[in-house]
Amino acid sequence: MNLLRGKLMPPLLAIVFSALLCSVALVISGSNPGTALSAMVSQVGHGTTAVDIVNSASVYYLAGLAVAIGFKMNLFNIGVEGQFRVAAVTAAVVGGALRLPPVLDAIVILLVAVLTGALYAAIPAVLKVTRGVNEVISTIMLNAIAMGIVAYMIRPDVFGVLHGNNISTAEIPTAGQVPGISFGSGGTVFGLVILAAAIGVGYWVMMNRSRFGFELRASGESPTAATAGGVNAKKMVLTAMLLSGGIAGLVAMPELLGRDHSYGIISPAGYGFTGIAVALLGRNHPGGVAFGALLWAFLDKSALALDNVGVPKEIVTIMQGTIVLSVVVAYEIVRRVELAAEQRRVGRELGNTGGTPPQPAVASAGGES
Amino acid sequence: MTTMTSNPAAAPLTVAVPPRRRKLPGWASGMIWVALAVAVLTTASYLTGVPQLTSSGTTQTAVVLALPILLAGLGGLWSERAGVVNIGLEGMMIFGTWGAAYGGYYWGPWAGLACAAAFGALGGLVHAIATVTFGVNHIVSGVAMNLLGAGIAKYLSTLIFEPLSHNPRSSPTVPKFDTYSASGLSDWLQQLEQQQRVGISDVAGLLRGIVTGVSPMTMVTIALVPITFLVLWRTRFGLRLRSCGENPVAAESLGVNVYLHKYVAVIASGALAGMAGAALVLNPGQSGYLEGQTNGRGYIGLAAMIFGNWRPGGLLGGAALFGYSDGLQLSSGGKTVLALIYGAVLLLAVLVIVQLVRRKWLAASVGFVAAGGLYAVYWSVDSLPTEFTPYLPHFVTLIVLTVASQRLRPPAADGFIYRRGQGD
Repeated sequence: MNLLRGKLMPPLLAIVFSALLCSVALVISGSNPGTALSAMVSQVGHGTTAVDIVNSASVYYLAGLAVAIGFKMNLFNIGVEGQFRVAAVTAAVVGGALRLPPVLDAIVILLVAVLTGALYAAIPAVLKVTRGVNEVISTIMLNAIAMGIVAYMIRPDVFGVLHGNNISTAEIPTAGQVPGISFGSGGTVFGLVILAAAIGVGYWVMMNRSRFGFELRASGESPTAATAGGVNAKKMVLTAMLLSGGIAGLVAMPELLGRDHSYGIISPAGYGFTGIAVALLGRNHPGGVAFGALLWAFLDKSALALDNVGVPKEIVTIMQGTIVLSVVVAYEIVRRVELAAEQRRVGRELGNTGGTPPQPAVASAGGES
Repeated sequence: MTTMTSNPAAAPLTVAVPPRRRKLPGWASGMIWVALAVAVLTTASYLTGVPQLTSSGTTQTAVVLALPILLAGLGGLWSERAGVVNIGLEGMMIFGTWGAAYGGYYWGPWAGLACAAAFGALGGLVHAIATVTFGVNHIVSGVAMNLLGAGIAKYLSTLIFEPLSHNPRSSPTVPKFDTYSASGLSDWLQQLEQQQRVGISDVAGLLRGIVTGVSPMTMVTIALVPITFLVLWRTRFGLRLRSCGENPVAAESLGVNVYLHKYVAVIASGALAGMAGAALVLNPGQSGYLEGQTNGRGYIGLAAMIFGNWRPGGLLGGAALFGYSDGLQLSSGGKTVLALIYGAVLLLAVLVIVQLVRRKWLAASVGFVAAGGLYAVYWSVDSLPTEFTPYLPHFVTLIVLTVASQRLRPPAADGFIYRRGQGD
C-alpha cells in the first residue's frame, strides 16, 4: 500500500500542480479553465480522436522505451530523435525498392529500421567509450545532422520521388504495409500498436528477469558497485545505446507502414523529445511509460478542441513542460519524505527515541526501480 | 562530464596534481593558436583559390553568429563552475529570444537586451530550484527546462505577437542596435584586402570583418569574457563559487553558503543564456523573434565551453570556431566548405608532425588516416551537397569534441547533487 502510494502520488501531484498552473495562466489571459478542460475531455468522444490517441500513444511509447533504456543506467540518449528519423527514411527507401512476399517484406523493413537506428546510435556510443565524449552533446549534434541526412536521401536525384510539390521516398507496396484494426467511422488503429505493446513486455522481462537487465540497473544505481561486481562499464554503455537506438528505429514504423507508406520532408518529427518527457513521466517503468504516452497523446490530440472555445492550444505545451518538471520534483520530494519516515521507523525500533536520529548517508543516485 | 586526465592549468582547489613541464601562460598559447589558425586559413585560401575563406564578409557574419554561442557558453561556464550542469541553456535562450523581441518592440534594443536577460534569469531560477533545492538530476531538469522554454515561448508568442504580426510563429520587426565601424582603420584594411596580396590581404580581410559593423551587442558580449574571468578567478566571491563546483563539502566546512552560491551562479547562467537569445533576435539579419530560431545553439554553446576546458579564454576560441564555420556556410555555401576541409587537412598535417616529434605513434597514425580521408573527400567531389552545409557547425562540434575531450578537466563536483550537511 505504501509502495503503491509512493509510485502513484508523484505523477498525480504533478498533473494536479501543472493543471493548476495552466488554470492560472488561462485566467490571466482571460479564458475559463473549466470550459477548456471540458472541451478537451469531450473531444475524446468525437470522430476519430480516441483512435488517434491510441495511435499516437503507440509511437510515443516506443520513443519513451528507447529513452528509458538509457535512463536506467544514467545514459542520456537525447538522440532518439535523430535515430528514428534516419531509420525511418532508410527503411522507407528500402521498403520502396523491395519486392518481397507479404509479411516477409514488412519484417525486412522493420529489421532495416532497427539496424539503422542502432547503427546511428553506435556513433555516440563509440565516441563515449573510446574518447569520453559526453553523449548528450554528441547525440544532439547527430540529431541536427540527421535532418541533413533525411533531406539528402529524399532528394529527387538520390532516392526521392516528386509528388506534385511534395518530395518523399517511393511508395511502399502493399506487401510491406501492415494492415490496421478498423473501427469503422471511429478510425483505424495501427497494426503495429501490438508490436509496441509487445516491446513494452519484452522491456519489462529484460529489465527485471535477465542478467543483462540487472547489470544495466546496477550500472545506473551505482557505477562503482557494478564495476566491483564485474560489470564491464564500456560494454554496458555500448549495448544499452545500441538497444536504445534499435527501439528508436521502430518509432516511425507504425505510421510509415500503417498510414503514410512513404517518408517525406513533412513527415512528423519531434517524437524523440516527446519520448524523453514520457520516459521521465513514467519513471522508466514500462507501465508508467505507457501511462505517460497515453496522457501525452491525449493532451496533443484533444488540444485541437481548444481553438473552438477560443483558447490558444499552445497552453498544452506549457502543461506538458510543467508536468515533466513537477513530476521529477515530486518524485524527489516523495523519496525524501519516505527516507525520513524510514529513519524514524528504524529509530523507533532501535529504541533510540531520545537524542539525534541516526543519519544514514543519502544515496546520491536519485533513482528507484 | 568527460574523463579527466591531466590538467593544463590547475584550479587552486584541486589536490596534488602531478608536476608537469612548465607550460606557456594562457595568453601566449592563445596567441599561438590564433597565429596557427590564420596561417592555415591563409594557406588554404591561397592553395584552393577560394578567397571567401578569409574575406571580411565571412568574418563579419562569423562574429555575429559567434555571439549567441559565446554568451550561451559563458552561461554554461558560470553554472558548471558552481557544479550545476546546465543542459537547459537552450530553453533559457528561447526565453531570451521572446523577451528580447517583447522588450525590443516596445522600448528599443537596450530594453530588449535587459528583458531577455531577465527572462533567461527566470529560467535559471527554475533550474536552480529544481537542481539545488530539490536535488533533481541536473540533466533531467535541463531537458525539462528546454521543453518548458519552447512551450512557454510558443504560448506567449501566440498570445502577444500574433495580434501584432498576424503570425503565431514570429514577432513584428524589432528595432536593432546601430552599428559602428572604426572608419579610418576599416577603409585602410579594405584597400589592403582588395590588393589580393598573399597573406597580407587575408589578414586584412579577417581584421576588417572584426572592426566593421560592430554593434553594442558585440561590445557587451566581448567585454563579458574578461569580466567573467575577473569575477570568477580574481575575486573572493568567484573563488567561493568555484569551490562549490570542485568540492562543496569542503566549501561548506569553511563557511561558504553553497546553496546561495549555486543559486547565484545558475541565475547568472540563465541571464547570460537569455542574452544569447537576444543576440539572435537583435542581430541585424533577423527581423525579430522566430519560432525555432535558436536551433540548438544553446547546446553548441555548451560544446564550445567543453572545448574551452571550462575556461573563458578557451571558450572564446570555441565560439570563434563555431561562429566561423557557421558564417562560412551561410555566406558562401558548399564550395567554400570544401576549401575549409582542405584547411582541416593542413591542420591535421601539422598535428601529425607534432605527434611524430613527440613519438606518439598511435595519435599520429589516427591523424594521418583522418587527413587522408578528408583529402579524399576534397579531391573527389566538386561541392558538398547543399543539404549538409547548414550542419557544418554540428560536424565541427562532433569532430572537435572527439579530438579534444580527453585532455579536459571539468570541475570535480560538476553534475553531482549536493545536499546541505552531506559531509557530516
